[in-house]
Amino acid sequence: MAATTNTLNPDADRAAPSAAQSLPDWLNRIHPAVWLLALFLLFVPAFTNDFIQLQVFGWAFVLGMIALSLMFLAGYGGMVSLVQMTVAGCAGYMYAIFGHSAFMEVSLGWPWWATIPIALIIAVLFGTISGALAVRTEGIYTIMITLAIASAFFYFTRQNYTIFNGFSGFNAVRPPPLFGVDWKQATPFYYLSLFFATLSFLAVLYVSRSSFGLALQGVRDNARRMEALGFNVTAHRIAAYSFAALIAAVAGILLTWLNGQISPGTAGIGPVIDILIIAVVGGLRHPIGPFIGALIYVVLRTFALDALVAVGIAGERFQLLIGLGFLLIVLFSPDGVLGLWSRWRARLRKRRSEL
Amino acid sequence: MASVAERLSAAGTANALELRGVSRLFGALVALDDVTMSVRPGERRAVLGSNGAGKTTLFNAVTGDFPPSSGVIRFFGEDITWFPPHERIRRGLRRTYQISLLFGDLSVLDNVYLACRGVSRGRFSLLRPRRNDALMQSAIELVEAVHLSAVRERLVAQLSYGEQRQLEIALALAGAPRFILFDEPAAGLAPGERAELVEILSSLPRHIGYIIIEHDMDVALRVAESVSMMHNGRILKEGTPAEIESDREVQELYLGGGHG
Ligand SMILES: Nc1ncnc2c1ncn2[C@@H]1O[C@H](COP(=O)(O)OP(=O)(O)OP(=O)(O)O)[C@@H](O)[C@H]1O
Ligand SMILES: [Mg+2]
Repeated sequence: MAATTNTLNPDADRAAPSAAQSLPDWLNRIHPAVWLLALFLLFVPAFTNDFIQLQVFGWAFVLGMIALSLMFLAGYGGMVSLVQMTVAGCAGYMYAIFGHSAFMEVSLGWPWWATIPIALIIAVLFGTISGALAVRTEGIYTIMITLAIASAFFYFTRQNYTIFNGFSGFNAVRPPPLFGVDWKQATPFYYLSLFFATLSFLAVLYVSRSSFGLALQGVRDNARRMEALGFNVTAHRIAAYSFAALIAAVAGILLTWLNGQISPGTAGIGPVIDILIIAVVGGLRHPIGPFIGALIYVVLRTFALDALVAVGIAGERFQLLIGLGFLLIVLFSPDGVLGLWSRWRARLRKRRSEL
Repeated sequence: MASVAERLSAAGTANALELRGVSRLFGALVALDDVTMSVRPGERRAVLGSNGAGKTTLFNAVTGDFPPSSGVIRFFGEDITWFPPHERIRRGLRRTYQISLLFGDLSVLDNVYLACRGVSRGRFSLLRPRRNDALMQSAIELVEAVHLSAVRERLVAQLSYGEQRQLEIALALAGAPRFILFDEPAAGLAPGERAELVEILSSLPRHIGYIIIEHDMDVALRVAESVSMMHNGRILKEGTPAEIESDREVQELYLGGGHG
């Protein structure tokens, strides 16, 4: 994929000569491999069963989006936020609380066209406020503060029964039957999540080369100089949290539909860390990374159990396998699968030039 | 708070830069010691002083990188002592860094584009910069003004030292600067590059004043009309270049001290 080149340089765009005049410039620049991938993803439901569509691809798209929101903050902003899964959980909760669930003593039963925007707004506010608290810190302290917020949210939702229905959360949370489609079915949900995953992927790619994205990368590389150029560094960082929160919030609602429920465990400490693992394993250098990481994670989670049982190890140890895989990848390639990929390509190119 | 009219009339007559009793401590170290100085709009001032005299600290106090511990700083009449750095920059103050602070992973043009963006609207714009943007055009012109057009698309990390120093200057010229602080722009440059620097500084519009920190007397005297001499965090002498050069105390402290 053309993806692995240095995306931080917006010149990649400008430098590209427009060879064929018949197609718009941006269409011409799309690598054939991208077309192939797009075609493949469009036709996945034609040759896979419900299980693969929902449990593998559905999950990979949704978790990939949440990890993407982390990748945006960490990759372009240099801010490792552990609060992204919590933002997603917050959106899911709000959807269940304002909308419908099995627990109608608490759920307000508002229509979807009110519930979804409200859930998104509240989750984005939550993400923004978390960002505002975190941006004045750096490195390990950012991780600690966002982790503290994530834990606080987890324990609060577990103990609060009047709003969050405590330990059990909300069951039977369904997507609205828009256009007469039951979006919880495998194939509709596959396309729904594919659509939003693609949309957020393209949004991040686009924003990374916008004025805002460029400035964010400037802030990451050299905050002091950015201030001396007239940029309000703090405001830029907080705005990045808002943008990332929107992606995580959309994913959070999808996640709630996919699960059919939302409970404290959805955004517990385990899942919060999983998102970090997904993003790092995939690679933080390009927005495709989180989706690769999510696919690896979901495949391992789904099939490691059987594989382990087959070789005579207790199936519950799949977390061990994920941990081991994480260790191996970080050991061999600190910049994740994407890093492996670009190094492999570099070696190939070198060999070809030696011939 | 002064009324708008008062502030406007103050701006008309005010000094470009005015420091009153500015001090800066680093722990027990007094890096700036009760500095009082004023620079008229359009005035070009050189600051001399040995290593550790507090010259860079003076700049850091003015730009807000390290705000003063006490004292008042006025910029065209406005009290900016407690403004965050970006607010000072947006009012027309600019600076370069003694040790280049650039974006190594971005191209020369993108560095300058960022600088232009920083002092214009649309800092949060989600639109991508295009070749024919007005802002991109002014970035291209600025690159040309500092003689870097030939390496415009190159990544800054790949530039030579001298080219990086020139880029530092381009970043300070973005937008509509009213007053610029140059921190040793000539340090480490080859003679040819120094001549180029002098030419760039001399060709700045007359209304733009600046302070230049410069060890090399030859350069300083060609680009400045007044000189401040710093020592141990204090302003020791102020005067015309001729006065400073002939001053005995200055000669003992500085000119005889192995510099230049
Ligand atoms: N951020 C800082 N923290 C602690 N001490 C500092 C800091 N910045 C400067 N100093 C100290 O303040 C004093 C003045 O330093 P400054 O950089 O202003 O000197 P200078 O006149 O610019 O010298 P040079 O010609 O070497 O650049 C020095 O003793 C320096 O060690
Ligand atoms: Mg200095």
